[in-house]
Amino acid sequence: MPSPRCFQSVLLIVVLGLALPRGLFADADPVTNTTGKPTLASLIAALPDASYADKQTLIRDLVELPDRQVRGVLSAMLEGNLYVRTSDTRVFIGETEGEGVRLIDPLTGRTAGVVSSDALNPVGVNNKLRKALKVALGQLDLNDPDAGLRLKAVQEMLRALDAEGQTVLRARLGQEHDSAVRREIQVGLALADLDSAETAVRLAAVRTLSSSLNPDVYNRLSAMLQQSSDGTYGESDPAVRAAARSSLRVIERYRAFYAGIQTLIYGLSQGSVLVLAAIGLAITFGVMGVINMAHGELMMLGAYTTYVVQLLMPNHIGASIIVAIPAAFLVSGLFGIAIERGIVRHLYGRPLETLLATFGVSLILQQAVRDIFSPNNRPVITPEWLAGSLQINDVLAITYNRLYIIFFTFALFLALLAVLKRTRLGLDVRAVSQNREMAKAMGIRTAWVDALTFGLGSGIAGIAGVALSQLTNVGPNLGQSYIVDSFMVVVFGGVGNLWGTEVSGNALGIVNKLLEPYAGAVLAKIFVLVFLILFIQRKPRGLFPQKGRSADA
Amino acid sequence: MRENLFTDLAAAVRADRSGQWLLYGLAAILVLVPLSNALTAEASALHITNYTMTLLAKYMTYAMLALAVDLIWGYCGILSLGHGAFFALGGYAMGMYLMRQIGTRGVYGDPLLPDFMVFLNWKELPWFWHGFDSFPYALLMVVLVPGVLALAFGFLAFRSRVSGVYLSIMTQALTYALMLAFFRNDMGFGGNNGFTDFKDLLGFNLQATGTRAALFGCTALALGASYVLCRYVVSTRAGRVIEAIRDAESRARFLGYRVESYKLWVFVLSAVLAGIAGALYVPQVGIINPGEFSPVNSIEIVIWVAIGGRGTLYGAVVGAFIVNFAKTYLTGAFPSVWLYGLGGLFIVVTLFLQHGVVGAIGQWRSTRLRGAAR
Repeated sequence: MPSPRCFQSVLLIVVLGLALPRGLFADADPVTNTTGKPTLASLIAALPDASYADKQTLIRDLVELPDRQVRGVLSAMLEGNLYVRTSDTRVFIGETEGEGVRLIDPLTGRTAGVVSSDALNPVGVNNKLRKALKVALGQLDLNDPDAGLRLKAVQEMLRALDAEGQTVLRARLGQEHDSAVRREIQVGLALADLDSAETAVRLAAVRTLSSSLNPDVYNRLSAMLQQSSDGTYGESDPAVRAAARSSLRVIERYRAFYAGIQTLIYGLSQGSVLVLAAIGLAITFGVMGVINMAHGELMMLGAYTTYVVQLLMPNHIGASIIVAIPAAFLVSGLFGIAIERGIVRHLYGRPLETLLATFGVSLILQQAVRDIFSPNNRPVITPEWLAGSLQINDVLAITYNRLYIIFFTFALFLALLAVLKRTRLGLDVRAVSQNREMAKAMGIRTAWVDALTFGLGSGIAGIAGVALSQLTNVGPNLGQSYIVDSFMVVVFGGVGNLWGTEVSGNALGIVNKLLEPYAGAVLAKIFVLVFLILFIQRKPRGLFPQKGRSADA
Repeated sequence: MRENLFTDLAAAVRADRSGQWLLYGLAAILVLVPLSNALTAEASALHITNYTMTLLAKYMTYAMLALAVDLIWGYCGILSLGHGAFFALGGYAMGMYLMRQIGTRGVYGDPLLPDFMVFLNWKELPWFWHGFDSFPYALLMVVLVPGVLALAFGFLAFRSRVSGVYLSIMTQALTYALMLAFFRNDMGFGGNNGFTDFKDLLGFNLQATGTRAALFGCTALALGASYVLCRYVVSTRAGRVIEAIRDAESRARFLGYRVESYKLWVFVLSAVLAGIAGALYVPQVGIINPGEFSPVNSIEIVIWVAIGGRGTLYGAVVGAFIVNFAKTYLTGAFPSVWLYGLGGLFIVVTLFLQHGVVGAIGQWRSTRLRGAAR
């Protein structure tokens, strides 16, 4: 047996179902239904016949309603997309579709057919109403349960804050729980208070602003302390000026702190690029003692592999980088093995000759790339998930590619370390590099190990090339610009020491970034190079020299 | 120091048969090329144009540079991958003199400041430009700047026993750093564009045939003199010690020789020779820019020496001529082939021609002689 309450709701649905299509309430008292309280339906139905003044009231009432449809109605009205169908004076939200207009019922959200625009009259709006609508929309968002939406609404309102907006915000501040939104409102109101005629209000505002990193705050406070040519300050009251000065000092300290963090991260990312370029070299040069001047060109091959992979899968750019990593490892690794088998193998024990022969290889590879692709740079697309930046606060934003390169480099480094320390190949490589004759006597196929080691170092260079393709231009000269740097990183860190390479690369990157604001990018680089030249004179074996007899090569 | 330097020089050259041929060749060029240029008609088959004469002079400056590299690499085992830096520094010192000689004939007509400084809104001549209006001062700087840099760099590097590939990488970093520095406009060396548009040298118009012939002659004489000097150096007792250092550095040190000092002064001598070569290069080619500092250029010098045959001196000269002639020909005829050719040369020479072209010829001759004797 149905309960009485159930019966009531059924009745309500029936009543509404009957009432709405006929626009019943349009005939009755425009804004109230039988219970005397306005509903969404009744308010909307009242719109077509209301005067501008009436609409003002209607909007205010609409905002008070808990219904979620209100937002759609108000924004449609603001954009002039709210229509009255002439045949039955019902109100619809309209969307232009071809020649006609698609009607959407504001209450149910359902489509009510497409009609010609002749059969419709827009709900009239004037400038005053538009303003009221904007305030109303802002107010709606301010009360939204989603804190992110509220924050956006506050920021939108602060962009052009008038007295009315201030009242709304002050009211909201009382009931706001989210700290970020509260903070935003406080800063915005305090900024507005700076224009107040009362000294006490300005003073309070300046104090409130003391920990805000908002650039507007910084500019406003600085402007207050600015002395114009006639000796007057932007702010007339000395007490407020003193407060502004101390607030500014606090802000500047924060800014310096975040600028330091930014320099650190940028330095780490630049260092990571150096480590990437050097880490393959740390294997071929550091472990095997082979000077491979074609190392940069192996990175270039990796970058071009990325380009080719993107050409092959133009519809999956996002995944192309993931595919390019193993592909570049294979391409550069195979080239490396070919170089080792063809040339380097014959020159063991003659490092200077190896240097010259591999330089020849690098010239040939460069020219080959020039002939096959083009002498110009090739466009490599950055996938969406690599673009953009992480906004930490108003003064600190870090682009994602910088963050990714730091993590990527570290992961690559750990992987390489694991290969050398935990696998059979790694064991063989270390054995051969420490004592070739003894390793051979123990049954290790040294020639095979040499080829694989060189291939591993070269493959890593290829992977570095994939990462570089996202950071610099992909052209025939890509490798050349890194070769001096990467040798310096390996030598600085200590030959044969992977950790040394990692540490020295990052240290050089940070030093470079620290110097840059004072000296400029090029001069900073020169200073670093000169420092390295001098450093190697003091400690020829690098930061972390290998101990023991294996180092006396 | 022995009594008579000239008898020593003559003795050193007398013992060097191949070197004598080289010097005869140089003397022949020195006389015949300007003569042919001046006396024969332009249509004649024997006529050597201004262009060819300048090209030959350019090769000779390169040959001097190769000599300098062979002296340290072939005889002392120091592989410098930054010798282009000394060459370029000498060239810049000469270029500064030539820039000052332009005077009011520049585009902006400033009597004191070179065009690029006017362009960059500089108000006065930087301190290091003072004195470069005097030719003797410029010549002094041609020798001093590369020499002092080599002295400082070598002093630090050899004292701390940086050797082998480490030293090579250091020298490369040195020239790379200099390249970056000279590319900067603020340095006061014309930035990217370097120096060009020279007018005259000691009052003689650089474009005039007579000046070109004179410069050609000076270059040939300088090359010959450098050769004799290098030959003399390696034939002395000190030269013997230098070779010992190349072959067994530790052993030479244990025998009581001050390895660092020997290395240092031969390195400085080599840098000075390179600087002079650069100073001869600039007025004839008519331009100097930071590209000369690029590490690739320096490595190319090494390959001239390797191809000619290291440790022979005359091999370096031969190598510089062969490679640069091939470069001029190939970059003109088949531009894209040049780098394949150069790269291939690097590989072939290191793998198969360890003693270079002159070594291969010598081997061929000695086998033939042995065959004849048998």
